[in-house]
This record gives sequence, C-alpha cells and structure tokens, in this order.
Amino acid sequence: MSTAEKYVTAAYCVVFALVLLYVVIIALKLQRLEREVDELVARPEAAEEDEREPVHIG
Amino acid sequence: MSAPAAQLRLMSRVSLPALAAASFLLVTTALVLVFFVAPNDADQGFSQRIFYFHVSIAFTAYACFIGGAWKALVHLWKRDPRADLESYVGVHQGVIFGALVLLTGSIWAKISWGHWWLWSENQLVLFLVLFLFYCAYFMLRFSLDDGPQRANLCAVYALFGVILIPVSFLAIRLAQKFIHPVVFTRHGPNFHGWILVTYCVAQIAMLVLAYTLYRVELAGKRLDLRLRELRRVYA
Repeated sequence: MSTAEKYVTAAYCVVFALVLLYVVIIALKLQRLEREVDELVARPEAAEEDEREPVHIG
Repeated sequence: MSAPAAQLRLMSRVSLPALAAASFLLVTTALVLVFFVAPNDADQGFSQRIFYFHVSIAFTAYACFIGGAWKALVHLWKRDPRADLESYVGVHQGVIFGALVLLTGSIWAKISWGHWWLWSENQLVLFLVLFLFYCAYFMLRFSLDDGPQRANLCAVYALFGVILIPVSFLAIRLAQKFIHPVVFTRHGPNFHGWILVTYCVAQIAMLVLAYTLYRVELAGKRLDLRLRELRRVYA
C-alpha cells in the first residue's frame, strides 16, 4: 500500500470511527432511558402494593 | 405554505428506519464510487479521493449550523420550546461534522502540503474559529439553568454564529495567496464527469446521514424530557 493510499484509508476510517462512536453514545443513552422507564413503571406498582390493607389470617 | 417548509414537513414524516436504510445505501454507493469508479486526479493522484467526503462533510456542517440558526430564529419568533431543542441538536450535529472536516482536512493537508495544519491559510483558521465558536455554544448552554432565559441566550448565540459561515466560505476567495483548492467558482464546479457524479452522491449521502443522526438524537432528547416530566409528576 502506498503512502497516499494509507492516508486516504486513514481519513475514511476516521469518519467511520467518529460516526460509529456517536451511534454507540446514542445507543448507551437510549439504554439508560429504557432503564429509567422501567424504574418508573415499577414505582406505581410498588406503591399500589403498599397501599393494600394487611389481612389477618387465622 | 412555502415549498421549502412543505419539503421539511414531508421529510419529518419519513420514518427513522427508512432514513437509516437510505443513509446506509447512499454512503455505501458513495464509497464504491470513490474507490472503484472515480478516476485519479491528474495533480494529486490517489490522495485527492479524500476530497469527496471532506468537502461533502464541510457543506453538511454548514447546513447543520444554518439549520440550528433557523430553528433558533423560529424559537425567538414563536417562543416554541421545541425549536430550542431542535436548534441545540442542529448545532451539535454541526460540531460533530465540523470535527470530521478538521480531521479529514488535516490528513489531506499532510499528504498534499506536507503539514498537518497551516496557520497562514485563512480558510483553515476561519473554519477552526467557526468550530470553536460553536463549541463554546455548549459551554454557554450548560452553564445556565434550564428555562426560557437559557433558550433565548442560546438562540441569539446560534444566530450570531451563522454570520461566520459566509466569511469562512468566502475566505479562500478573499485571500491573495492560497494553496487550498477552490472547488466551486462563479461558473460552477471545477470538475466534471465521474468526479462530479461521485461528489454529488457523497454530498447527498452526508446530508441524509446528518439528517438521520439529527432525528435519532432529537428523538432521544425528547424522550429524556418526557421522562423528566414524568418523574416530576411521580415525585
């Protein structure tokens, strides 16, 4: 591979790497948002269970 | 409704998976054209192939900054909080593509001129000034509390930045002595045939890619905002 080919490859790899990094960052953020949604969904369910009156058996 | 506004509304209706697929296809086609179809440049040889993505990315960065400024204007005009978020995401995309312009340009400069950077070149320095100006936008945005004041200040800042774009674009024409090539003249582009076709495909690919990334980031930011509101309701 000539020097020119190496530099051109490096330039295109830089573009690819930066776009890929951006996509990874967005994917991580979406994962965090998904986790937060799950937490919010679980919160009212837990609150509902606390509000139920205890029943004595026996 | 004006034609550009109607086109923008039409584009906003295109689904994200369709946009992602279009970006992938266009970028792949552009790469095939760059490496297998476009001829070698008579002066620079193989290294000129950096041009196709470098120039396309530069114009895409300008487009992102102009889009961000346009949304900033809409925010100041209509006081629409959605426009503030759209302006912020537009500027963010511009900074990402701006970083790519500087990186690919630096590699091209090294191989063509033998230097990574030349402070004597007005166009390079002005693009760096534009890039740093928009980097400072984030310092401003994150140093203020969320609210209308922050949105207004950021909108004014984004609008000021757009003045630098024509200066950066015309710098090469205003310079007395330059080594940076002039791609577009008053009589049209400085190239023809497959070089022009490859450049056009690469330009469309970069614009569609930037718009796809813009939509993805905007969707994430809107989801984040809605989650924060939900948390406030639950708290």
